[in-house]
Amino acid sequence: MIEIKELHKSYQMGANSLHVLKGINFEAKEGEMVAIMGSSGSGKSTFLNIIGMLDEADLGSYTLDGKIIKNLNEKIAARYRNQFLGFIFQSFNLISYKSALDNVSMPLYYQGIKRNERTEKAMHYLEKVGLADWAEHLPSELSGGQKQRVAIARALASNPKVLLADEPTGALDSSTSYEVMELIQKINDEGKTILCVTHEDDIAHMCKRIVHLKDGIIIDDDLVSQVRAKKQENV
Amino acid sequence: MFNIERWQEIFETLSKNKLRTFLTGLSVASGIFILVILLGFSTGIQKGVKSQFEQDATNRISVWTGVTTKGYKGLNPGRLVQMKNSDHENISRKYDENLEYRTALYSIWGGIITYKNQTGNYRVEGASADQQFIENETMVAGRFINNGDVEKAEKVTVIGNQVKKDIFKEEDPIGKSIEIMGINFVVVGVYSDPGGNREETRVFIPITTAQKAFNGGDKVRSLAYTVKMSDNFDDAVALSMALSENIDKDIRTSHFVAPDDRSAVRVWNTLEEAKKIYTLLDTIRAVFWFVGIGTIIAGIVGVSNIMLIVVKERTKEIGIRKAIGALPSSIVGMILQEAIFITAIAGFSGLFLGVGLLELVSPMVNSDFIKFPQVDFNTAVTTVILLIVAGALAGFIPARRAANIKPIEALRDE
Repeated sequence: MIEIKELHKSYQMGANSLHVLKGINFEAKEGEMVAIMGSSGSGKSTFLNIIGMLDEADLGSYTLDGKIIKNLNEKIAARYRNQFLGFIFQSFNLISYKSALDNVSMPLYYQGIKRNERTEKAMHYLEKVGLADWAEHLPSELSGGQKQRVAIARALASNPKVLLADEPTGALDSSTSYEVMELIQKINDEGKTILCVTHEDDIAHMCKRIVHLKDGIIIDDDLVSQVRAKKQENV
Repeated sequence: MFNIERWQEIFETLSKNKLRTFLTGLSVASGIFILVILLGFSTGIQKGVKSQFEQDATNRISVWTGVTTKGYKGLNPGRLVQMKNSDHENISRKYDENLEYRTALYSIWGGIITYKNQTGNYRVEGASADQQFIENETMVAGRFINNGDVEKAEKVTVIGNQVKKDIFKEEDPIGKSIEIMGINFVVVGVYSDPGGNREETRVFIPITTAQKAFNGGDKVRSLAYTVKMSDNFDDAVALSMALSENIDKDIRTSHFVAPDDRSAVRVWNTLEEAKKIYTLLDTIRAVFWFVGIGTIIAGIVGVSNIMLIVVKERTKEIGIRKAIGALPSSIVGMILQEAIFITAIAGFSGLFLGVGLLELVSPMVNSDFIKFPQVDFNTAVTTVILLIVAGALAGFIPARRAANIKPIEALRDE
């Protein structure tokens, strides 16, 4: 699904150049659930952004579902993002003046799907994350966990190949975190490839594979036995 | 642009940000409002001034004589220059091909007019048939003095509408006999004058009758002509100026008046004055447009400014939209369409407000120089369309900035 070879990325910080990624080789197959760990400054977010086509690598190759991602113009990048990727952010990034339902149907709008069909699909995904009753609520009327579930529904709405989560539980307390992770695990069970950046060990162990980044290179890449985030276990 | 989904999106965005939308629109609406009011009043001034000129024919040339103030060719100053019938005949003959209407005038100020027991004090003017067209008179009843009256020195008179109201009240004056300074005249017509009441407090009698009845001999008080108009206004003005200069010269020569003695011979050229006023009006209109356009530019800069703030405020939102697959063109379209929509709605409300206010106030404004201010609707609509185009241009810079937002930067957590 994802194939990355010798990926380099550096940022220009005034006169100095900051070499963030120093040759990353990474591969993820369909249906995998990979945690990307590392201390802050290890380059894990940059790595995720490049996979998410929000940022572009300086060197190296990146193939997503057989398509080489290189020198994309904005138009194609936007289309690929819409078709292949779903984003989950630490701070949810919902549009504050749109209802939960409208937020979820946003990617469908950009796919050019008609309003009725859009609403129907969006409602389906809201049901899936258990928020059908909250469809008409604004993000400000939802709790943190509910917001993140709306964001997950939005990420799923365009039926992407890969779900990219950047510290999905970073802004949540632990019991809500587990609820969200349970949902993400459920989605993975259905066969979706998931990449999840985190710095929390327990969250990482809910994935099936943990990749450790340090100073811009992968220092560890292990398969782990997945810990299920069943709610009852944490009471 | 005509995508209904996009409109729903924009309408939703706007209605969720009411205050911002309102403030953006306000600058544009007030700009258009001010322009409409200014243009309305400039039209009002134009109408007012035009109605001032309508009192008499605009292509009129008048000649008066007075007392000399300078000695010339051995003659002492203080001499009355008295025009005669022959002056009028000479001028009429000499410039025949350039003159349209012509009359010599012999007038009596403060003529006492009596009908039954009603008496009034009016200006009595001896004139020829052409006077009707030189003074722009319209007949309310009967007819004007004709050439036959003048030839035979008939004792007939045409009275002003105000004179009729004063001394005849409701009675029909035609065919009735009135006394002008003790001499009986038959009323043959009643006229009205676009100049209003003051111009309608005169009575006209044939000039020959006036000269005979009031000891005029062949004396003439003043002369009035109209110049043949050509289609080109500037040509007409030039002809009119040349004619008045020549007439001035002729009178001075035949009456031995110094060329620079202004009070002895006065030739008034309405067309030349009209041209001056029209030039002034054009200047006023240009200034109003300038001010109005300036206000609109201020409004547009306002829109551009606020849209920049909008883009800044919505950086994160735009970032999110891009992350989930919005094309740059759809972001540009969104901002641009929003700007145009606000400008258009605001522009039209400013327009209707301005036109509405003018409609309301217009009937009350009727002074000599401002009359019924109104705005040419086409001009206003043209302005609004221009405004919308300019609004699009104003929205373009913010839209480009929005399109250039990198989602990764927009989404970075502070």
